[in-house]
Amino acid sequence: MKRTTLTAIALAMVTGPAMADPDADALVVNGEIEMVTEASAPAHLEGALKTVYSGWRFRSDETQAVQMDDFDNPGMLGVEVALDAWTEVAGTEGESCASCHGSPEEMAGVSATYPKWDAAAGEVQTLTMQMNECRTERMGAEPYAYDKGDAINMTALLTSVSRGMPMSVAIDGPAAETWEMGKELYYTRFGQLELSCANCHEDNYGMMIRADHLSQGQINGFPTYRLKNTKLNGVHSRFKGCIRDTRAETFAPGSPELIALELYVASRSNGLSVEGPSVRN
Amino acid sequence: MGRFALGIAATFAAATMAVAEGAIAPGDVEYDEYGAVAASLTGVAGDAENGKLLMNKGAGNCIACHAVSALSELSFHGEIGPMLDGVADRWTEADLRGIVANAKVMFDGTMMPSFYKTTGYTRPGDAYTGKAAQGELAPLLTAQEVEDVVAYLMTLKET
Repeated sequence: MKRTTLTAIALAMVTGPAMADPDADALVVNGEIEMVTEASAPAHLEGALKTVYSGWRFRSDETQAVQMDDFDNPGMLGVEVALDAWTEVAGTEGESCASCHGSPEEMAGVSATYPKWDAAAGEVQTLTMQMNECRTERMGAEPYAYDKGDAINMTALLTSVSRGMPMSVAIDGPAAETWEMGKELYYTRFGQLELSCANCHEDNYGMMIRADHLSQGQINGFPTYRLKNTKLNGVHSRFKGCIRDTRAETFAPGSPELIALELYVASRSNGLSVEGPSVRN
Repeated sequence: MGRFALGIAATFAAATMAVAEGAIAPGDVEYDEYGAVAASLTGVAGDAENGKLLMNKGAGNCIACHAVSALSELSFHGEIGPMLDGVADRWTEADLRGIVANAKVMFDGTMMPSFYKTTGYTRPGDAYTGKAAQGELAPLLTAQEVEDVVAYLMTLKET
């Protein structure tokens, strides 16, 4: 093969316009839920990012399409399972989720504000922690295992009724200390590869790292159905996997570090629509 | 480097890897003021063919971040780092050895991992298990593998 042809192929392969930056597609789910997938970055990101993009904008057309219809989105199967659990009495107190909260639709908007400060508990709580507090304190039931099937399905139900609403996580007041801890973790270069979240998702989003098109690592789409492992994935499990891939000793789902990191990363998504359960690769 | 220093380094490294006899241990590599490393890490000429393999696999996987036209038969070259075409025209062998061994000496804060370094990490893990590292870390590439990669990079000439 001639050298010029070879070079042309190589250039097309590694620098094709389809691979650079987020695409220009619009996300509308079921032909009716219009998602904000691009927004001015929240004020706290001044100097770091001007615009925040949903991870959906970095995926292929084929992957994008799966999220656009609930009948195609396998993550909605988890929502179906959680719908049954919603009305199911569990524990010693004779209560179900529904006996306090009514229909799941009445929870619209709730997931968009998590993680958030819980004054009674004196700590920042994730949606999973709040859910488990309901189970142990009000229902007399066992807590769900963090980021495992039951917990992920229920968070998917709670995000599904908030879809299209903007992420609006509070970072001031009593949450500020945890937020600062999360920010420090975000910029820490972990492991033998010495990679921080920011190395890939702030400094190089839009670029290819081997076969992977780097997104901004926004978490407005969690829980996320990944085609890679064909199941719904929780935020903490995703963080854990990323940190592991830096050849680091990772953190456990539900740990103080990942709670803080979730608060910080969720605040980077402020302004983007809640998309969970989203579909990614 | 004296035999004494080599002996200590070898003792520390023995738990997880053996620094090949005669190789300069990661902690003993001498970088000049620009971050170049003049001396071969092993004294054994690099094998460019093995270096070519390391570009694509294992702990090398250079093309995860760098595109190389000469390797266009391999799919999915990354875009994070500069393209490596003609890299031997732009850098000396000593520069490339320094960059591969520990690019952070030459480029402060670079994202590029340090391939011949074993200390100074935050929460180092046991490879990709997510568990804590056991004992002394092995470098990402052995001394000879660094030489092999450098030998391959020195073949990437455009002039």
